[in-house]
Amino acid sequence: MIEFLEKYGLEIVQHTGEHLVLVGISTGLAILAGVPLGVLITRKSYLSPWILGFANVVQTIPSLALFGLLIPLPLVGGIGGNTAIAALILYALLPIVRNTYVGIINVDPAVREAGRGMGMTDWQLLVQVELPLASSVILGGIRVATVIAVGVATIAAAIGAGGLGSFIFRGVAVVDYQLILAGAVPAALMAIAADAALAWLERSLQVGSRR
Amino acid sequence: MDAANGTIQFQNVTYRQSNRDLISRLNVMVQPGETLVLLGRSGCGKTTTLKLANGSLLPTQGTVKIADRSTTQWNLIQLRRQIGYAIQEVGLFPHFTVAKNVGVVPSLLNWPPGQVQARVYELLEKVGLAPSQFAHRYPHQLSGGQKQRVGVARALAADPPILLMDEPFGALDPITRLELQQEFLQLQQQLRKTIVFVTHDVQEALLLATRIGFIEAGRLIGLSSPQAFLNSPAPEAQDFLQGFKMAADLQTSLQQQENQSD
Repeated sequence: MIEFLEKYGLEIVQHTGEHLVLVGISTGLAILAGVPLGVLITRKSYLSPWILGFANVVQTIPSLALFGLLIPLPLVGGIGGNTAIAALILYALLPIVRNTYVGIINVDPAVREAGRGMGMTDWQLLVQVELPLASSVILGGIRVATVIAVGVATIAAAIGAGGLGSFIFRGVAVVDYQLILAGAVPAALMAIAADAALAWLERSLQVGSRR
Repeated sequence: MDAANGTIQFQNVTYRQSNRDLISRLNVMVQPGETLVLLGRSGCGKTTTLKLANGSLLPTQGTVKIADRSTTQWNLIQLRRQIGYAIQEVGLFPHFTVAKNVGVVPSLLNWPPGQVQARVYELLEKVGLAPSQFAHRYPHQLSGGQKQRVGVARALAADPPILLMDEPFGALDPITRLELQQEFLQLQQQLRKTIVFVTHDVQEALLLATRIGFIEAGRLIGLSSPQAFLNSPAPEAQDFLQGFKMAADLQTSLQQQENQSD
């Protein structure tokens, strides 16, 4: 064990770092795209089956296939990090868009009516009322998206994006369990830590808006 | 733009939705300082009338004029900030404190924070909620009656010339309701707002109204003082009053029984 850590310790740290960067950038961008999309479909309801449908379909594509499909595309494609991040964003989108939509739709209609009746603009209603009241639901979506991204990012090594998946693919190739665990254990810990941290944040937001 | 003179005028207003007239050819002028109570069954078009008044709905035909300007010509955001609005479900913002809820419209109007707070405290005082005790509570920490008081305070916050009230006391127990009705009367005596008040409760209408407008199936059937309403010859109004009289008779006979048994 100690021998193993001496040999691979530095590499584990390095791959964990890569993994964090992949997950962080992709989830961050997915939030930046997903929350506005979720808001958009509460305002233009005819778009909601299209956008939710698209995000749904993306979720059903096996991750390895999605990475492969993106490689030939211009801009996002190619071997390496960009493609991996594009795929991870697509995966993270559904829970974020859906929860933003559901969170806002479920705001008490009387609260919305009162806001409009008092002369709030649509933007004021969104920022001061709807988003704060939907925040814990939206955060729940971000939490699911993050955990998915941590898992799927291990596959990104297959297209040369690095991350903890590098250990796993190498370990599988040479049938070395220690190597597989060197990738799997930190990835699992990362997922658990992210889940716990976001769950805590979700709860603390809920307290402020409890009725 | 300002709604200062506080008149509301419905001129031949029809509102149609999916080929059904929810309101047909409504003509009424609400005078400054009066309380017009719209009385009728659930679904008769009372709430639609209120929504036409603050521009949430625009008439299919005819014109709704606030302070002599049609709602189609008002900037609706500005109009609504000059119209107090209270509804049965109250619709307090659950993530705002009582103080912040009451201060919503003044804040939207960019009053300086100190002025907002002074106004909020003044209003909480006025609706019988001690500011020191209630200002920092959240809506889920209030009883139904207290919520409704906050709702009324919020509607009055920016001192609007017009108030629209949609069964604001409907969800309260009879004793709290009576209390709030009495306080409403006292407030209105001081404030003299132009009020359109919607209810299905005859007793409430008779107590609060300057004039009662009786609505049935989207039509204004009678418009009269409370006293004249009681003697109204319109058969629909008579039907409506019949139910009310039966209840009142029952009450009297119960009291008599009690008196006899004493």
